[in-house]
Amino acid sequence: MLESYLPIAILLIVATVVCLLLVAVGTIFGPRRKSFRKGSPYESGMQPIGPGTRRMSVRFYLIAVLFILFDVEVIFFYPWAVNFRALGLFGFVEMLVFVGILLVGYVYVWRKGALEWD
Amino acid sequence: MNDLGTNILIWVIHAVLLTVVLLTAFAYTTLLERKVLGRIQSRYGPNRAGPFGLLQPLADGIKLIFKEELTPAGVDRFTFLLAPVLAAVPAVVVFAVIPMGGKANFFGTDIHLTLAPNLNVGILFVLAITSVSVYGIVLAGWASNSKYSMMGSLRSTAQMISYELAMGLSLVALVVVAGTLDLNAIVDQQKELWFVFLQPVGAVIFMLAALAEVNRAPFDLPEAEQELTAGYHTEYSGMKFALFFMAEYIKMSVIAGLAITFFFGGYREPLPLFITRALPVLSVDNTPWLGPVYFSIKVVVLLFVQIWVRATLPRLRYDQLMRLGWKVMLPITLAWVMVTAFVVLLRS
Repeated sequence: MLESYLPIAILLIVATVVCLLLVAVGTIFGPRRKSFRKGSPYESGMQPIGPGTRRMSVRFYLIAVLFILFDVEVIFFYPWAVNFRALGLFGFVEMLVFVGILLVGYVYVWRKGALEWD
Repeated sequence: MNDLGTNILIWVIHAVLLTVVLLTAFAYTTLLERKVLGRIQSRYGPNRAGPFGLLQPLADGIKLIFKEELTPAGVDRFTFLLAPVLAAVPAVVVFAVIPMGGKANFFGTDIHLTLAPNLNVGILFVLAITSVSVYGIVLAGWASNSKYSMMGSLRSTAQMISYELAMGLSLVALVVVAGTLDLNAIVDQQKELWFVFLQPVGAVIFMLAALAEVNRAPFDLPEAEQELTAGYHTEYSGMKFALFFMAEYIKMSVIAGLAITFFFGGYREPLPLFITRALPVLSVDNTPWLGPVYFSIKVVVLLFVQIWVRATLPRLRYDQLMRLGWKVMLPITLAWVMVTAFVVLLRS
């Protein structure tokens, strides 16, 4: 069983080596003329103001948390979907209950305004 | 059955071949895009380097090799190098499981044309690996020490994870119909009827979500030139920039390949049944090496569609993008999964 993952591992190694080789080729053949101006981060030609990584909107964190919640639930769907024909009506009703609970959370998030972006 | 040593040799050759083919495909996808965009905008597109501009990708590659690999001040050097590799490698690795053909006979040995054909969790593997490329983009934005990069990578991440939900759910409906996660089995089931006819809503949602997932127009906000310069790869130059570029264009092929596998009959012949009945030679069951040929033809068609979309549709605004992902596509997909399940239940 594990043997079927071996070709994937080989492709992973090959792809990584090729990518690193590409970067190496660029480093070898490219010129190197450093200067202070060239080294400063791009800011439309201005002198950079403040650090490059600064505070970000809290909405991005909110989206990330919601993603984790919903994505875990999506993963729950897969084993159910594979065995759906074997589970029959029982499986369908079970999933209706699950989706119902999911929808309660979804409506709550929507009403709370977590999905608004303005 | 071959012994393990021979198998490993075959796999290494296969993997190298696949990587080379993907690199070439990437180079010519850029040319195809520039040509098609040019024609749609009443221009010629590149036509100076070689006949029909066919040597243009080569010229671009050589130019990029001789460009300076700039590492701006204040950059986290290791992460700065890691990010483009992390973005490009998953795009290539997904192709290990996408079925490109059945078993074919080369020099007396039976070789499967798909690199890893026996993976029974194919869809899960695809979803897992495509998610890894988010890390490349996050790290690129974080390591660059530039405001444009940071904002581009934040936007990109939020967009990718939002649309991953719709993409995952649209495939659940497909799995309900197919009853398996094995990509080869899914292709085999589409012998007579492509799943796009059973799953029209699923196919549309999958294509939309996949476009958003790889940051292509009309969802190309992370690199909206007018606002963010080049988004998360603003600070990259030379071959590192080329790797990001490569990641994006190989991902175009990836979503074309996945859409083909899930909805458009995989590597099976794109011909009506009566033709293959009259001429059985054209069927992949009889001539297995036609599988990759049919697969490539379908990939090119879907690549053309993606470029066409880019030339036609304007970019969404960020709040529209988020609204579409969370408030429109998620509920529609959820409803579609339950409708599919209900119909399958009634028919069984």
